[in-house]
Amino acid sequence: MKVAIIQFPGSNCDWDAEHAVDQILGVPAKRIWHKDSLPGETEAVVVPGGFSFGDYLRCGAIAQFSPIMTDLKNFADKGGQVLGICNGFQILCEAGLLPGALIRNDCLDFRCLNQSLKVEDSNDRFNRSKIGNSIALPIAHGEGNYRVKDSTLEEIEANKQVLLRYQGNPNGSIHDIAGIRNRDGNVYGMMPHPERAIEAHHPCLDGIPVLQSFLEPLQSARPAELASS
Amino acid sequence: MRKIWLKGWGNKDSNLNVVKVMVYVSPKATVLDPQGAAVQQAIKSLGHASVDAVRVGKTVTFEIDAEDTAETRATIDKLCDGLLSNPIIEDYRYEIVEE
Repeated sequence: MKVAIIQFPGSNCDWDAEHAVDQILGVPAKRIWHKDSLPGETEAVVVPGGFSFGDYLRCGAIAQFSPIMTDLKNFADKGGQVLGICNGFQILCEAGLLPGALIRNDCLDFRCLNQSLKVEDSNDRFNRSKIGNSIALPIAHGEGNYRVKDSTLEEIEANKQVLLRYQGNPNGSIHDIAGIRNRDGNVYGMMPHPERAIEAHHPCLDGIPVLQSFLEPLQSARPAELASS
Repeated sequence: MRKIWLKGWGNKDSNLNVVKVMVYVSPKATVLDPQGAAVQQAIKSLGHASVDAVRVGKTVTFEIDAEDTAETRATIDKLCDGLLSNPIIEDYRYEIVEE
């Protein structure tokens, strides 16, 4: 096992994330219950989407205090790779591993569509030349409206921490932000679902380069051909 | 005085002090409040054009078996700041009602 997929009560993209990482990209992955410890051999962590703890209080508000979060914070502090998808992004923000917070979509609707996204030149691992100028990934959320205080927003932009921006903002997110990384570049968070864009029957395959870029340091990511076969 | 049910011990009257707390969480003034905007729209559509600045928050109530001391208030603040409210997007205040 190299990649730990954290399961909270109410996570519902955990199996999809495991399938994407383990079966499609060929990197051994395992689901880990939120009350268990992060296995010592963990090389990367995915915090999957869903509705952890029913989204009660705020999305991710209760999950941030789950037992495994102590291990996750230590893992991230030591430079471990962490990717939060949708509710996982909300959890990482609540836990303070990423700046900002996600509030209700400005349209008040739950937005569920294949969303066009602009890839930013954030860092060597996650940039346009690797992933493409414009990609499409499914989104499905009611609270994806990214908010952060002005001074932090300036820092995020100055440090090129924005990974993805919406093309046609679906939720009112500030600066069209769909995904960010932390300053050190080892913690990623995004509202779109790359694990839902990896197989022929999905709307597109743009999730593959996104997940590959995240898993690149682990190096055993298989080529994408498998996905189209 | 408050009646507490102790499992296996039957009903028992106790003199324990209980502090009842009511927490009000509201979106920060500087943060967009889509729910507040929608409610305001509904109010205006009912013909109340003069109603403005609608914000939607939440209340959380709980009880603590303790006296109203600085330590108790520190505990309440700790619960409010991070779990019950997110300081990036929300403000909170609370009231204590001694029972």
